[in-house]
Amino acid sequence: MSDIALPAIASPRTRWLRRYGLASFGAAIILAWIFVAIFAPWLTRYDPNFVDVAARLQPPSASHWLGTDALGRDVATRVIYGARVSLTVGMVVVLVGALFGTLLGASAAYARGWAEEGLMRLTDLVFCFPPIILAMAIAAALGIGTVNTVIAMLVVWWPKFARLSRSLVISQRSMEYVEAAQSIGFGPAHILLRQIIPNAVGPLVVLVTLDLGNAILVFAGLSFLGLGTVPPTPEWGSMVGEGRELVQQWWVATFPGLAILTVVMAFNFMGDGFRDWLDPHANRR
Amino acid sequence: MPTAAEPLLQVRDLRTWFLTDSGPVRAVDGVSFDVHAGETLGVVGESGSGKSVCAKSIMRLLDEPARIVGGSILFKGRDLAHLDDEGIREVRGREIAMVFQDPMTSLNPVLRIARQLIEAMTAHGRFTAAAARSRAIDLLRRMGVASADRTVNSFPHQFSGGMRQRVMLAMGFSNEPSLLIADEPTTALDVTIQAQILDLLRGLNRDLGTAVILISHDLGVIANICSRVLVMYAGEVVEEGAPEELLTDPRHPYTWALLHAAPRIDAQAEDRRLITIEGQPPDPRAWPSGCRFRARCPFAVEKCAEHPELLPVAAGRAARCWVTQEGGALHTPERARAAVAAPVDATPAAPILEVTGLQKHFPLPKEAFFERQRVLRAVDGVDLQVFAGETVGLVGESGCGKSTLARLVTRLHEPTDGKIVFAGTDITHASLSTIRPLRRRMQMIFQDPYASLNPRMTIGEILAGPLILHGIAGDAAAARTRVAELLDLVGLPGQSVGRYPYEFSGGQRQRISIARALAVGPDFVVADEPISALDVNIQAQIINLMVDLQERLGLTYLFIAHDLAVVRHVCDRIAVLYLGKIMEVGPAASLFARPLHPYTRTLISAAPVPDPRVERTRRHVPMKGEPPSALNPPSGCRFRTRCPIAEERCAREEPPLLEAAPGQRVACHFPGRLT
Repeated sequence: MSDIALPAIASPRTRWLRRYGLASFGAAIILAWIFVAIFAPWLTRYDPNFVDVAARLQPPSASHWLGTDALGRDVATRVIYGARVSLTVGMVVVLVGALFGTLLGASAAYARGWAEEGLMRLTDLVFCFPPIILAMAIAAALGIGTVNTVIAMLVVWWPKFARLSRSLVISQRSMEYVEAAQSIGFGPAHILLRQIIPNAVGPLVVLVTLDLGNAILVFAGLSFLGLGTVPPTPEWGSMVGEGRELVQQWWVATFPGLAILTVVMAFNFMGDGFRDWLDPHANRR
Repeated sequence: MPTAAEPLLQVRDLRTWFLTDSGPVRAVDGVSFDVHAGETLGVVGESGSGKSVCAKSIMRLLDEPARIVGGSILFKGRDLAHLDDEGIREVRGREIAMVFQDPMTSLNPVLRIARQLIEAMTAHGRFTAAAARSRAIDLLRRMGVASADRTVNSFPHQFSGGMRQRVMLAMGFSNEPSLLIADEPTTALDVTIQAQILDLLRGLNRDLGTAVILISHDLGVIANICSRVLVMYAGEVVEEGAPEELLTDPRHPYTWALLHAAPRIDAQAEDRRLITIEGQPPDPRAWPSGCRFRARCPFAVEKCAEHPELLPVAAGRAARCWVTQEGGALHTPERARAAVAAPVDATPAAPILEVTGLQKHFPLPKEAFFERQRVLRAVDGVDLQVFAGETVGLVGESGCGKSTLARLVTRLHEPTDGKIVFAGTDITHASLSTIRPLRRRMQMIFQDPYASLNPRMTIGEILAGPLILHGIAGDAAAARTRVAELLDLVGLPGQSVGRYPYEFSGGQRQRISIARALAVGPDFVVADEPISALDVNIQAQIINLMVDLQERLGLTYLFIAHDLAVVRHVCDRIAVLYLGKIMEVGPAASLFARPLHPYTRTLISAAPVPDPRVERTRRHVPMKGEPPSALNPPSGCRFRTRCPIAEERCAREEPPLLEAAPGQRVACHFPGRLT
């Protein structure tokens, strides 16, 4: 039956690129930033906090690739070191928030009854406030400092994971494999942790990836408002904040802003890629 | 009915392939057939045989990556296979209509029925909106929808599955098409509703002269309606003929296998084992070069290495088989092993399971704050005994509470009221830890082989889990040995251990599910519709396995099913459930020979038999309407609203479940009156 001419379809390579091209581009940017954060001291010859008032507000040049800020610190060096703070805070907030929220939401959904009701009303309470305002209020009450800001962000962060994991567990708990585990005699902890949650990780991983960019953005926002890091620490949000009024010296605010932009976009590309990968229906496109 | 005129539809050498990354999947691979005006053509075959893809090709409802790569579909002088999008839209709905399997998703949930029907008619510009509206009401009335002028304004969710299928039929017939394609239209419905829809379809075909292509996996359904049958296997038509001949004297071994794999409701079998064929259908990426059925065929000869053509074998019949073309006969199978006569002792000592007055009421969420709490009475006072070594069947329509009852006796749910005694222990309100030791003796097999195995665990992990939990296997090595034994017991290869459930077919998954239930060495197994998601041949294999295991391990089964033929075949005693109550319970043989409850009688009469001659002689008792809601069951006898012999007394007094014949108990004021 070789006489049938098959119509041309896009080659697997083209289709892979169409689906995962952006995601791998995003992953490459993230990997590059992680590399920069880890090897920061080897990538620049300046100290991020070295003040050289004589060289203040210099435009980008051969010696200062991205110029210097109001205190004469090298912007490129500070952007590089800033990656350490931003990436760490973003990952800590999202991972700890996800872990805490997922466990709470999942156990509430599995237990049903008043535990579920109570927890869901608590998440409603948190959702009542705009997240950045609530985080600001908490951070301001706790006092300025990276750790306090992280705590403030965690308070507003866990509910979305609690909600998502609750709905995932509810959809899984009616599956027959859960009933099978119950009829074998497994206890609720085993069923929840070993059977249900592994089947619910997919959407959680997508949310975590998409959310990393978001967390970095919120942290930068808090720092921009002066609530994040304590001043000399290099941090992208506070750098943008410092450069806010320097309209002539555009490089002071622009480069850390670009850093935020690339990281957040890269995480979003990656998250979209994960979602496509985990969605069986998207396979046919 | 030989028609001299040009056929309405001529499909010639149709090839629809799925162009996937791993090569073309030849779902439909050289199918030819005719449909004459006013004819009913049945298409049967197991899943993956290409019957649905064939129907979708005619309507050109193919999604990427499916393509019609060859052949033609001539319909009234046009080739549908090569018509442009504009042209095919003219044909769809207006000249060829289609009704799908799942009535729950084929109607748009946010639009009223009226709007959907009217749009279907105005879209082709044949009716004005006003004319379409009155026609919509007429059509619904014709389809047997009660008070159609009012219900036409309902939303789909207010309709039951059967009612929605009536709406789909109304929509299908709204533009007076000359061909209706019905793809498994009754598969999702209960047997009594199926009988109603099939009756309706037969009447519509007779009165309106619309040709019908009916796709089904159920030979009984086909036998009931069709004037000609196509049997499909591996993307080809393997046999064609009138149902009277094809179903009584099959000329292709695959048809033969299909016929013998399904138990029949009108026959008492001596042996519970069914005739099955080995193996799986071939891979559609690489069909075998010879006869595609050869590897599984019990009659194969040397010549079968050559691919046979579909050639006439008798007047109006054709088969794709070398054996029968050369005059070879497909003998009626001998029952392989005569049942080792093991008459169950007349009086077993104590029941292994005893259920008395069992109730399960589910409270429903309130719609208004001050509303009275509504409860769904899923199981509403059931008494049942199961003795060691027997198989008790539980039958009834969907929503009758049979699955809930299964989950109550295995204590996945806690009863609202009543008592469950298992092996001498009262487990009605037993806690997790007190019931755990008993779980070694009581296990469950589930319906959906795709949902009942955890997709993230390997087969080894799934089977070793129960062993470790109950301390059956002391160490990892002992667990491995036991897992290997279990796999062997259910007929799966030992290397399955490291694989994941998605690597297995539905039938193999059901074997794994059985192995998991048997891991802890139970003596009582609750099987909740264990075969209803499987193809006929796989069903037969699983039934045979369950019968084997029962003999070898001395198991007791509580077997839940909606397929009466299967239940009759497998069970010693049968309990018939209706709206959470037992209507009739008795030995399988006497219950089928002489059903005493009118509900049992109508259920048996609604189940189709795959033999048109038998069908014509059977007395059919039509069942009125649909089951009432378990939220608000009728007073007195629950069945009275649909009962053909109900009297005024039935509304007043609830009939108790009393012994009306030896071993046969009936909840009816007039047992045996309906014959």
